Amino acid sequence: MYYVVTIATLVTMALALIRALMGPSVYDRVLAVNMFGTKTVLLLSVIAFLYGRPDFLDLALAYALINFIGVLAVLEFFRSRAMRKKTEKDLEKTPR
Amino acid sequence: MTVVFGIFLLTLLVITAIAIVRTENLFVAVMLLGIFSLLIAANFFILDAADVALTEAAVGAGISTVLFLGALALTSEKERASTGPRWLSVIVVVSATLVVLYATFDKPIFGDPAAPVHQHVAPWYLEKTPELIDIPNVVTAVLGSYRGYDTLGEVFVVFTAGIGVLFLLSAHHGGYSRRKESELEQTEIGLRDHLIPRVVGRMLVPFILLFGLYVQFHGEYGPGGGFQAGALIAAAFILYALVEGEDRTLKALPQSALTGLMIGGALLYGIVGLLGIALGSNFLDYSVLATTPVAGQQLGILLIEAGVGMTVTGVLLSIFHAFAARDRY
Amino acid sequence: MNLVLDIISWVLLSAGGVFVLIGGIGALRMPNLYTRMHAASVTDSIGAVLVLSGVMVQAGLSLATIKLGAILIFLLITGPTSSYALANAAILAGFKPDEKPGQEDSA
Repeated sequence: MYYVVTIATLVTMALALIRALMGPSVYDRVLAVNMFGTKTVLLLSVIAFLYGRPDFLDLALAYALINFIGVLAVLEFFRSRAMRKKTEKDLEKTPR
Repeated sequence: MTVVFGIFLLTLLVITAIAIVRTENLFVAVMLLGIFSLLIAANFFILDAADVALTEAAVGAGISTVLFLGALALTSEKERASTGPRWLSVIVVVSATLVVLYATFDKPIFGDPAAPVHQHVAPWYLEKTPELIDIPNVVTAVLGSYRGYDTLGEVFVVFTAGIGVLFLLSAHHGGYSRRKESELEQTEIGLRDHLIPRVVGRMLVPFILLFGLYVQFHGEYGPGGGFQAGALIAAAFILYALVEGEDRTLKALPQSALTGLMIGGALLYGIVGLLGIALGSNFLDYSVLATTPVAGQQLGILLIEAGVGMTVTGVLLSIFHAFAARDRY
Repeated sequence: MNLVLDIISWVLLSAGGVFVLIGGIGALRMPNLYTRMHAASVTDSIGAVLVLSGVMVQAGLSLATIKLGAILIFLLITGPTSSYALANAAILAGFKPDEKPGQEDSA
């Protein structure tokens, strides 16, 4: 019963990986990593029941947390880099 | 069926690894490293190794990505072109690969119960843990009690790594307050002006902390323990720092507290070991810590896991603050 | 009764799997960053709801159901937040919604 959804999730993880490798801009890759993370959470929840070990659900919760924090960290990094470039450009333009 | 899933995930792993090596843009490499770490953790999970999977996810996919990005903020994003002879490294790598492949021919079949690894110490651990230590998670029993020396070494390695990074990076340690006043216009610290991530992040931080504490103390009954809990608690503070700015996080948990956690954790582990000697037995022998040996073992494991969690939290957060503070010289 | 529960969870799980797969195909074939984001985030939420409900039906009333409920709530709260943050970052970096794929801006 669980095999259909497991195979679907694994195929989607492969597709997300292809998007991460292919994506022309870096935001495509961040999107792919985020999707990969949530699919991993679903995969873990299903496999925990497939193997009869429901006490492994702590892992799925931890993954979901880590995925969220990772994506926010990446976006904050880009934002602060763009901000720094903008202030450097503004500093160049103003006559000193 | 495990074999099919395993082969599929390992194939994706090889593709990711090749992509990481071949790309020149280091951002892309960092993000692909996140996927790499998730794939390895999924692999561990389907092989029934839950503690390792949890540690790999918490440390590899989350904290390592943040720290790599912090390092990338200080350097450039393009890889430097390689100089020197390439053929030498190619020869070394190819010969090492062939040697490793040849060595795998001698391994027992996957899952063979007559393999040597299942013959000597592993059955003893599985038999004796209910009577000697009486906790359901044998991995924590091995990590905490039977192989306590190794874990002591690991805690001190983490501690040393923390000291090393702090020596290298915190040149401005005394200048926090001076810098704050000189930057009059702090436009947009963190994600402060973006309301949605800020609200959601602030709402989630207490639950993540609670979950981290749950993982810490639940290590004896399920997957968990000090390393995973330390990484999760550090992740909670990193989330707060991302949405609120690093200054407010330093007010919430100042650097002195982080240093205290780092030192206190390793010290706690050492003291528990020395207590064994002081109470008349060997170093790191927990049986003498309480009235019965079994209770003593459980108390000992609880204390050293707390020590490990404290040190890992302190080190990860100190490294994060060292990178983030350096970013705004 | 058991058979009914099994059938319900099979339907939920399969539907969840289908949506997850649609999301993956969408993220691969859509022409633009924003359309890919749309495909990925919408199917993430609905796939999570269906798959986790299917597993919850299987688990019955136990601690595992509460943990699965916690995972579901967490995914439903943080999934749209990540998509919002990503779209915001992309807009602020200057990606116009009708930009052709293959044009890089700052990274």
